[in-house]
Amino acid sequence: MGDWKTITVPALSSASKIPYQNTSEKKMSPSSLNMQQVLRSPLPLSKSMHSFFSAFCTEENVEQSISYLNRELTTLGFPSLYSECKDKELNVVSVLNCMNELLVLQRKNLRAQEEVEIQHLKLGSDMDHLQNCYAKVKEQLETSRREIVGLQERDRQQQCKNRNLHQLLKNEKDEVQKLQNIIASRATQYNHDMKRKEREYNKLKERLHQLVMNKKDKKIAMDVLNYVGRVDGKRGAWRTGKTEARNEEEMYKVLLGGYEQRQKQLLVENAELKKVLQQMKKEMISLLPPQKQKPKERAEDGIGPVLSDMEEDAVELNKENMWELSCETVREQLTNSIRKQWRMLKNHVEKLDNQVSRAHSGALNGSDVISREDHELETEKLELEIQQCKEMIKTQQQLLQQLMSPCDDDTSMLLQDCYLLEERERLQEEWKLFREQKKNFERERRSFTEAAIRLGLERKAFEEDRGAWLKQQFLSMTSDHKNSEHVKSQSAYSGSSDPDNQLMNFRSRQKKPHCLPSVPPSEELCQTIQHIPHNSNLSVVLNKTTEDSKPKQWKGLNKAETE
Amino acid sequence: MNFSEVFKLSSLLCKFSPDGRYLASCVQYRLIVRDVNNLQILQLYTCLDQIQYIEWSSDSLFILCAMYKRGIVQVWSLEQPDWHCKIDEGSAGLVASCWSPDGRHILNTTEFYLRITVWSLCTKSVSYIKYPKACQHGIAFTKDGRYMALAERRDCKDFISLFVCSDWQLLRHFDTETQDLSGIEWAPNGCVLAVWDTCLEYKILLYSLDGRLLSTYSAYEWSLGIKSVAWSPSSQFLAIGSYDEKVRILNHVTWKKITEFEHPATIANPKIIVYKEMEKSPRVETESLAFPPARAQASALFSTQSKYDISQVPVSLQYIKPVADRANPRIGIGMLAFSPDNCFLATKNDNIPNAIWIWDVQKLKLFVVLEQLYAVQLFQWDPRQPRLAICTGNSKVYLWSPAGCVSVQVPMEGDFQVLSLCWHSSGDSMALLTKDNFCMCYLEREEVK
Repeated sequence: MGDWKTITVPALSSASKIPYQNTSEKKMSPSSLNMQQVLRSPLPLSKSMHSFFSAFCTEENVEQSISYLNRELTTLGFPSLYSECKDKELNVVSVLNCMNELLVLQRKNLRAQEEVEIQHLKLGSDMDHLQNCYAKVKEQLETSRREIVGLQERDRQQQCKNRNLHQLLKNEKDEVQKLQNIIASRATQYNHDMKRKEREYNKLKERLHQLVMNKKDKKIAMDVLNYVGRVDGKRGAWRTGKTEARNEEEMYKVLLGGYEQRQKQLLVENAELKKVLQQMKKEMISLLPPQKQKPKERAEDGIGPVLSDMEEDAVELNKENMWELSCETVREQLTNSIRKQWRMLKNHVEKLDNQVSRAHSGALNGSDVISREDHELETEKLELEIQQCKEMIKTQQQLLQQLMSPCDDDTSMLLQDCYLLEERERLQEEWKLFREQKKNFERERRSFTEAAIRLGLERKAFEEDRGAWLKQQFLSMTSDHKNSEHVKSQSAYSGSSDPDNQLMNFRSRQKKPHCLPSVPPSEELCQTIQHIPHNSNLSVVLNKTTEDSKPKQWKGLNKAETE
Repeated sequence: MNFSEVFKLSSLLCKFSPDGRYLASCVQYRLIVRDVNNLQILQLYTCLDQIQYIEWSSDSLFILCAMYKRGIVQVWSLEQPDWHCKIDEGSAGLVASCWSPDGRHILNTTEFYLRITVWSLCTKSVSYIKYPKACQHGIAFTKDGRYMALAERRDCKDFISLFVCSDWQLLRHFDTETQDLSGIEWAPNGCVLAVWDTCLEYKILLYSLDGRLLSTYSAYEWSLGIKSVAWSPSSQFLAIGSYDEKVRILNHVTWKKITEFEHPATIANPKIIVYKEMEKSPRVETESLAFPPARAQASALFSTQSKYDISQVPVSLQYIKPVADRANPRIGIGMLAFSPDNCFLATKNDNIPNAIWIWDVQKLKLFVVLEQLYAVQLFQWDPRQPRLAICTGNSKVYLWSPAGCVSVQVPMEGDFQVLSLCWHSSGDSMALLTKDNFCMCYLEREEVK
């Protein structure tokens, strides 16, 4: 739209239809100059527009301006302003059309301008944005470049270090190798030297040996008082081939003995281990559930019928104490069967684990799996039962103990004492009674013996008395005077009372029997004397008749009798 | 525990007779035979020179006294004190002397290990064995005394000769694959002979009685190898102690290693009991001190009491790293011994000289560690029961048994530094030897609570 500024106003009005190029600078009309001035001036545009509109065409240069306009328009492709028939006559229609066209064009241009301006703005903002981005990216690039440089630097340093370390390692390895080689070479050198020195030394020894042997040194001798006998008492034997053979035999015997012992130990160990394995196998078999998959497993084993045969054989062998055999096949068979059982057990345990885990997660499968709650209930019940049983057992044990060993428990002793106390007291009382009775019996026995003694004495005395009395009687019958002294002398022994009194007393007493046996009065005096009752009457008599030699006893006896 | 009085002794030569009735001790050139129970002198013999070695014959009837400087061996009889026997090696010299198992032959090793002369006390025969090996354990007798193994060296190669002791017949002669044989030992059952190489190479070979090689074992190469070897009393195990501070146990069935025992300086396993000897100075009651102080009191004041305390695990022991450029360094397992009932193995690591390690053989694990205040000089098992007697060069003797351990002060006046000990064959008593003296220690039946 710079055309406005550079509008060419033809200076020459004569040549009208020559198309001019827009050499705007040459053909500047004065009005354009004016226009420029007007445009540069600070006056508002609307006013300048008016003046501008009036600046182009004035009343003087109408024709010129028309021809100029026509030229311009025709160059722009518009139809001519002039009418076709007459020259220099304005075709109003075409002018109007041209004006309309120009307006349309103007509007289009304005719109285009607006669009272009918008686009320009957009582009400007895009450009700004892009510039910003570019700046940022450039910064980032810078920083990353710097980083890269730094990392590269570090990498390089590390590589250097690595290389150094490798180098050091290599150096060390080389050194080690070198040292080892040195050691090896030194060892060989040393061995060689040693061998050489040893050979020299051996030569010296040989020489010395020769010297020593040659000298036949008398000094080398043994001086012994007498030879000692051998330990086993036998004489020494000559060394013959037989003895050599015997020695060899002995040696081999010793060796064989050692081997046999070791073999025995090993056999025993083997047997024990085999037993343990057998036991393990049996227990494993018992642990596993009854096998439904036996034929399948057999097929899986691949050995199939061979294995079954072997198992049958094994069963037979089992019956024949298979573990005493130690051949290869038996051993292999045992280990194979144990491995198989172990595998089955492992599978079984894994299955159980799976089942348990599944039960944990809540899913119940089939009848094999017991629900957890039921399981727990059962276990609780079982535990309760166990507890009860334990308590019962405890109480029973306690009772048993009480029965078996009463002396151990103090309370039981007390209890027993309680129960037996009465009995014991009764017993004690009875014992007391018994003792008393025993005492009494003893006393009575003693008294009896005493009485017997006394009785004997009394009897003797009585006999004497009787004899004397009879004598006296007899004598008195014949002569009183002769025997009176004799009788008195005799009765002096027996005390102060005279025989008459004695006998009379006796008789009188006899007539008062307390515990007299029923003696018929018709019996004679001798009989009555024999059956002298043991009563207090007699003791009185005894007191009077016998000497008072043991007063104490009698007193005691009196006392006893009076008790 | 009762202690007898102190008697004179020289060169730590004090030995019980095999039947356990007599005790032989040496003082310079005199040999004194005492009764074991009352220590009365039964016999006194005078030898020609200072005695360097004594040995009882197996039937306890004779004693040999070896005088290496003069090259003479004198044999004395207990039954007939007048009987005498002198064996003079003359210019051949004498380096070692020992009895044969029947008690009627004496084997003398002449100087430079030139030969071994077998002198017979029964007959006039003399036998010579050439080229014996110049090593410490070159002669080994089986436990039943039937066979003798002798290490020989000819043409820079090692050989073993097996002799029948009854008539000295050479049974077997075979070479061994060792560089430089360092020791041989029969298994207690007399069927296997262990032969081990020098410490520069770890190699142990096992030969059967008839000379066949049963097995070879080598744990590692190049480093210093075997230091000590011990058979278990049942011949089931062979314990090998080496310079790398480990004990390896071989079993008699496969002759392969079944386990390794390590001896580290720190013990961390809480199941192991560690007994540590602690000093406790005696409390002195100043009121009861008399002036001048009695001798017994004085020695008691200066002697420190000690007792065992159980240390809490983890325990770190005193580790010594010796100088590396000397030969025969004091590192590795220097002492190994099985208990007579085959239940325990006692070891000593020379890097940790104050400690004794006791291993349970049935479980093959470490059982007890005893940490002493001084370096262990010697330990020896009771011949009858699992009881270990230890001496560390001070005036105490230590006893360990599975029931516990006890430290006993030897109640002697003055210095009594126990350098060595030996048990009586019944296990009821033992002799404690110092440089110049010895005393007998009688143990009660229920000892060591």
